[in-house]
Amino acid sequence: MAAIFQGVGAAAALSSLPSNSFDSNKSVFSPRRSFSVRKGASFAVVRSDGTVNLNPKGRRTQQLIPNAVATKADSAAASSSSKPGHELLLFEALLEGLEEEMERDPRVCVMGEDVGHYGGSYKVTKGLAKKFGDLRVLDTPIAENSFTGMGIGAAMTGLRPVVEGMNMGFLLLAFNQISNNCGMLHYTSGGQFTIPIVIRGPGGVGRQLGAEHSQRLESYFQSIPGIQMVACSTPYNAKGLMKAAIRSENPVILFEHVLLYNLKERIPDEDYICNLEEAEMVRPGEHVTILTYSRMRYHVMQAAKTLVNKGYDPEVIDIRSLKPFDLYTIGNSVKKTHRVLIVEECMRTGGIGASLTAAITENFNDYLDAPIVCLSSQDVPTPYAGTLEEVTVVQPAQIVTAVEQLCQ
Amino acid sequence: MATAFSAAKFSTQPFHLNPTSTTSHDSPLVFANPTSQFLGSTRKLHLTSSSKFNLTRRSGTVVAVSDVVKQKKSKSAPTLLITKEEGLELYEDMILGRAFEDMCAQMYYRGKMFGFVHLYNGQEAVSTGFIKLLKQQDSVVSTYRDHVHALSKGVPARAVMSELFGKTTGCCRGQGGSMHMFSREHNVLGGFAFIGEGIPVATGAAFTSKYKREVLKEADCDHVTLAFFGDGTCNNGQFFECLNMAALWKLPIVFVVENNLWAIGMSHLRATSDPQIYKKGPAFGMPGIHVDGMDVLKVREVAKEAIGRARRGEGPTLVECETYRFRGHSLADPDELRDPAEKAHYAARDPITALKKYLIENSLASEAELKAIDKKIDEVVEDAVEFADESPVPARSQLLENVFADPKGFGIGPDGRYRCEDPKFTEGTAHV
Repeated sequence: MAAIFQGVGAAAALSSLPSNSFDSNKSVFSPRRSFSVRKGASFAVVRSDGTVNLNPKGRRTQQLIPNAVATKADSAAASSSSKPGHELLLFEALLEGLEEEMERDPRVCVMGEDVGHYGGSYKVTKGLAKKFGDLRVLDTPIAENSFTGMGIGAAMTGLRPVVEGMNMGFLLLAFNQISNNCGMLHYTSGGQFTIPIVIRGPGGVGRQLGAEHSQRLESYFQSIPGIQMVACSTPYNAKGLMKAAIRSENPVILFEHVLLYNLKERIPDEDYICNLEEAEMVRPGEHVTILTYSRMRYHVMQAAKTLVNKGYDPEVIDIRSLKPFDLYTIGNSVKKTHRVLIVEECMRTGGIGASLTAAITENFNDYLDAPIVCLSSQDVPTPYAGTLEEVTVVQPAQIVTAVEQLCQ
Repeated sequence: MATAFSAAKFSTQPFHLNPTSTTSHDSPLVFANPTSQFLGSTRKLHLTSSSKFNLTRRSGTVVAVSDVVKQKKSKSAPTLLITKEEGLELYEDMILGRAFEDMCAQMYYRGKMFGFVHLYNGQEAVSTGFIKLLKQQDSVVSTYRDHVHALSKGVPARAVMSELFGKTTGCCRGQGGSMHMFSREHNVLGGFAFIGEGIPVATGAAFTSKYKREVLKEADCDHVTLAFFGDGTCNNGQFFECLNMAALWKLPIVFVVENNLWAIGMSHLRATSDPQIYKKGPAFGMPGIHVDGMDVLKVREVAKEAIGRARRGEGPTLVECETYRFRGHSLADPDELRDPAEKAHYAARDPITALKKYLIENSLASEAELKAIDKKIDEVVEDAVEFADESPVPARSQLLENVFADPKGFGIGPDGRYRCEDPKFTEGTAHV
């Protein structure tokens, strides 16, 4: 029997977690631990193939369980392509995508707090103000609602702004503009004005950032008609989605995650974009479809290693497009595996997982052998204490248990 | 400075002006000897040492309109503020605004339009006074009380009336309605239902103008944006945030406050700690002007200055137009709170009557000419109603159009095709 797990999971699941406490001073990289990425003094570089280098000065390097992921990547994922490509971190990939688009089209501009001289609080706009000037990379006062609205007005009159929310949570202040104007003006104007704006910023649960800086706004914005939402998770798709979002005529909200900015990957040298409406096949499999996005992708992949060792063959899809859902990729997977597990960082109530569950049930109910299981974060404000924060979000062990239960 | 804004006067007595002020409200327009009677606000405004209209970036000066206009007047000889053509244009525009709104009321009560309809009767001087000075490429942003702004900017009466009737020939294909008048051709950027939310959009349009000039190097781009909003909005955060940004970056925008003293049933004085809105401009580093909004010629003089400032790249201006709406907040408002004496006072200052008087007394136009305009406008409005009546309602298939500029935004369906490629999509029956 499949149960819908809460973020913490059943008591059984909880007790199966390793007893090492969450202490960021100790070795963070035990086998079941999620990738720990921190900024600042103990700078960790996490490679997307699973190896981790702590601190470039070379304090400790630990090899995680070798990647059991089948190496088939999507046709576009380039690491195995013939061209050499170049390695960079996720925030650099975003920066590269943004810079390339700004070079390509002079109407592309950036607005946000500390995006100019400071280079962005997560360095996504580093160096752009020097290169393009203070008007194209505009340091705004702290007035989210108004500068988002300003971005919308600029978009209506011919520019292509990229508005940064320093933290996605701050965009709650811009909800008026995002809901009423961003999503709706194309419609209420009868199609006369387009709003090719990109609203982006980091969200998600970080490392003890406290409740207000740990919010997942994708669940609040998903009902707004007229917008698209995408979430990036690797340097490759970060750059691709950034570029696609800028080129799109629709307003797009690009969700980044605070903990993923230092992921490293080799990406192609040539120009490429990632389709805004498509999901990404991360690991093909036969037994169960695991749908996830953003940071939870890594928890899922961590769990996948364990599952593979236990003999399971999970198919992992990073849905990437949070609105609209790519029902083709998802549907094909459901038709193949007949079992679905959704792993998300949104709250249980009204999250992306809730919508996805509904969409899959509506469209593919006949193909399901078991009810859809959705693992979400607890419906709590994210606590500051590390131990509590850890159990607020879904951990790999819970994913493993859920799959085991689902595949009984 | 004694003004009529003192709370005591408002709450206990019908509104009346400072008794020491001069003639403006008796004969709304001054024409005889401009140097002896000041034009502009009847209020004595605080004058700084510099009575010129220039400012440093940091400090804004609140100037008396009188001074500005007096200076201009003393330089040039003519006693009239407008030519005949201009006068007739202004008259026609105001008559159009009035006749159109009156027709809206009729049509609403006959069940041809629905929802919230906010009429502009009484405030025509502000719209006409400002918008008739704009070029086509200049932008106007308004609120829900936007019919007349759209008409002044050049949107055909037919398109506005059809929109109100919810027909597909409306300026927004029937999708916007009374509170969302948009026109790409005439650069009317809305039409917003929530107060204050249009001001950032206007700021963005002004930003684009500056961007085009400085980044895209379109050297002659001097487009100006006008943001119209009311007294209630001036207590809203977006107002202040945008004053700050506009002054900070010297954006080519004019913030026009249509202070009609009432926000539905909330008197401006009961809602605002310091009711003198024009004073808030200098706090942000831009000039704050107060003008008699029932007098189209005064509004026009102030508007010329403010728009000129913006065009020259000198930055924003805050203009507070003291005006009044003759009808309730909307057609659903019983309008029981306002003192009949206050209403009578302002009815006596009807901007259309005032302009008419000015034109006739200055031999700029004859009764016959003005009557001809009245008749012409009546026909325009009748025609607009007929056109709207005869226009088709939107078909079901229009439901999903215009949700996205790029309909790929509806996503990929289970069959692998983009939903917008589904033939049922255009029928409006596709499941999205």
